Amino acid sequence: MTTEQQVLDRIERARRRAPRVREERVTLAHGAGGKATQTLVEDVFVGAFGNPALEPLDDGATLDLGASRMVLTTDSFVVSPLFFPGGDIGDLAVNGTVNDLAVSGARPLYLSAGFILEEGFPMDDLRRVTASMAAAARRAGVAVVTGDTKVVQHGKGDGCYITTTGVGVLERPEAFGAARVRPGDAVLVSGPIGEHGVTVMLARGELDLAADLVSDTAPLDGVVAALLDAVPGGVRMLRDATRGGVATVLNEVARAAGVSITVDEAAVPVRAAVTGACELLGIDPLYVACEGRFVAIVAGDRAEEALAALRGHPLGEDAALVGTVDGGPSGLVLLKTAFGGTRIADLLVGDPLPRIC
Amino acid sequence: MCLGIPGEIVELLPDRGDLATVEVAGVRRPISTGLLGPEGVRPGDWVLVHVGFAMSKIDEAEAAATLALLEGLGRAYHDELDALAESDIT
Amino acid sequence: MRFVDEYRDADKARALSARITALCEPGRRYKFMEVCGGHTHTIYKHGVEDHLPEGVELVHGPGCPVCVIPMGRVDDAIAIAREPDVIMTSFGDTMRVPGGTGSFFDAKAEGADIRMVYSPLDALRIARENPGRRVVFMAIGFETTAPSTAMTVLRAAAEGIVNFSVFCNHVTIIPAIKAILDSPDLRLDGFLGPGHVSTVIGCRPYEFISSHYGRPLVCAGFEPLDLLQSVYMLMRQLDEGRCEVENQYARVVPWEGNPRALEAIGRTMELRPHFEWRGLGFISHSALRLREAYAVHDAERVFDLPGVRVADPKACQCGEVLKGVIKPWECKVFGTACTPETPIGTCMVSSEGACAAYYNYGRFTRDRVQEATLA
Repeated sequence: MTTEQQVLDRIERARRRAPRVREERVTLAHGAGGKATQTLVEDVFVGAFGNPALEPLDDGATLDLGASRMVLTTDSFVVSPLFFPGGDIGDLAVNGTVNDLAVSGARPLYLSAGFILEEGFPMDDLRRVTASMAAAARRAGVAVVTGDTKVVQHGKGDGCYITTTGVGVLERPEAFGAARVRPGDAVLVSGPIGEHGVTVMLARGELDLAADLVSDTAPLDGVVAALLDAVPGGVRMLRDATRGGVATVLNEVARAAGVSITVDEAAVPVRAAVTGACELLGIDPLYVACEGRFVAIVAGDRAEEALAALRGHPLGEDAALVGTVDGGPSGLVLLKTAFGGTRIADLLVGDPLPRIC
Repeated sequence: MCLGIPGEIVELLPDRGDLATVEVAGVRRPISTGLLGPEGVRPGDWVLVHVGFAMSKIDEAEAAATLALLEGLGRAYHDELDALAESDIT
Repeated sequence: MRFVDEYRDADKARALSARITALCEPGRRYKFMEVCGGHTHTIYKHGVEDHLPEGVELVHGPGCPVCVIPMGRVDDAIAIAREPDVIMTSFGDTMRVPGGTGSFFDAKAEGADIRMVYSPLDALRIARENPGRRVVFMAIGFETTAPSTAMTVLRAAAEGIVNFSVFCNHVTIIPAIKAILDSPDLRLDGFLGPGHVSTVIGCRPYEFISSHYGRPLVCAGFEPLDLLQSVYMLMRQLDEGRCEVENQYARVVPWEGNPRALEAIGRTMELRPHFEWRGLGFISHSALRLREAYAVHDAERVFDLPGVRVADPKACQCGEVLKGVIKPWECKVFGTACTPETPIGTCMVSSEGACAAYYNYGRFTRDRVQEATLA
């Protein structure tokens, strides 16, 4: 007669097995940033391309180029609708790429921008998007130095898709990454979560909900630099919380670092309107995309300094200490609920909010 | 599925007698009040919202009574804990 | 959030927990069943069981209306969705329920126009805005949701929106509870009544449970404190030798229910002679269909449905889980062949299903984590 513990152990063993994609076709779940995406990346992409620079599966790849160290990242933007309160696809394209470089510890320098335009897409909309990109690039101190344009037949695209590549230079001596994370470390988030995802969802107009919310899209290089300057050697890793939200990032970190993470639900900053929309729709804000927030894992004894550094910057003024890294079962993210109970916050299956970024 | 959320009626929609705007923590949505009795709702009333319909008016007196009960239990519990801490049988 | 946050207070939870513990007879185990997926979800999402003493156990019953949809009905819905001019609309939860040949999600990947909506009124709006397409709403849910479907059908009829129809899979809770009570496998001490179903049917329909079956029932709200308080009220009944129906959720549930909601259901729908519940088999007078007068809005009359009865996969033990006979982890395929990514049965698909709730939220308690950490 198997005991509950035996069943749970069997599950843990099953979860550790090499991921295999079983579906015959791509589904929206594969783009959600959760379990299906992880399986797809590990089975199909790492399976085909596997190499040391790729395998950490960080936001950017760290590469040696002669005497310099650079970070290379790529991103695609398929958000629908293209224009929403607080920004548009152009803002996301620049900020999103800058942020991947910033959380890798690099100073963002150059972007490329590839456009896939649908026949019939209004030229004025294209000018709006590129104007946003130019403004965002100026704000972040980067230049769009090369690009590409393709046009597909009407019905074969959806207005405008943008793919970017970002290049930054690693000037700081310290290394970041999952390998540096250890039990006792503190988990911080840079600000209120879920604003981008909920804003975009409401902007689609399908759910007939209205709220005073704007996307949180922003370039994070400045606030990241402020943190790294204030706590040299104390930051273990950084990751921006995009598709899949903070909970997905924490699961990725816990898995990559082989640790468990415990989060204090009451400590996670969430705006009332995000809570309200999520309650109405039955979604958990922890899994909703942000586009201007990041998670920082820092040494436990430097947590207060790190928090102060974040709060001193406009983009980090609502930063909070939300949890700790523990030595529990590897890859586990636990949530202490405001009610005083405990539950798991696992990777999501399926996609609560498709085409969010 | 049984997702029912308390929301506040903020506006009655003029051209449709059975529609009102409900607000939940700053998020607004038009909902149908067709399932509520003839006395209807007024701005400021709280209702239980489920898939775009107001199912029931929230009885604020009952809500307060439930909380008061829980509060009372809580107080009694803390009193007991205090009494336990203070008691000394040595 | 008002009327929400107050009922999530940890201090009050500890107080209730102490009271419940004080009422436990030494050596006695208590088993209470909840019959609402929303309750299952709350229990796991907030960790309510962490506040219950060892001897008090919560059992999950057939309260998830998505979980009890037979595979054949899902296949019927997908057949409708595959018609080239159809826009199928459904709540988010139904999207991943596996039929015999796949889910809505899979059908969407293959090109079917399937859209998630928050309300049946949104589906009606889509129909209004797309007069050249046939728009179908996949109606699921207990008596909580049936009135919304009914009101939408009435509105469609009044406005003459003939391209809108409903695929009605509404089920009723009382026959399911009765099936549980009549089942020889189960020894229950009481029930946590489905709070939102009760806003429609009231508390009177449960009286047979205490008067004929001798089990107390407390109609419970959905915040974690509501559930704890309801357990406390059940324990008090047992302690005081009472056996009756009580209403913990009085701020929302009127004892007599909602007459307008019941009237809307009565006007547009009638009970089917019998309906198959996944895991529970055929139960008579347990499900609703649209009346003849609304035939133009009844997807079952508008479309030709395969209507094939699909047997559950042999390995699937959803039925036993739904009846509370086994716990999720006791199912032979739980967590291995049947996971949230690769669900075999509906208990693992819906966010309100007991297996999904346990797998996604409850696999590790504080104690187990501490044990694992010390190991």
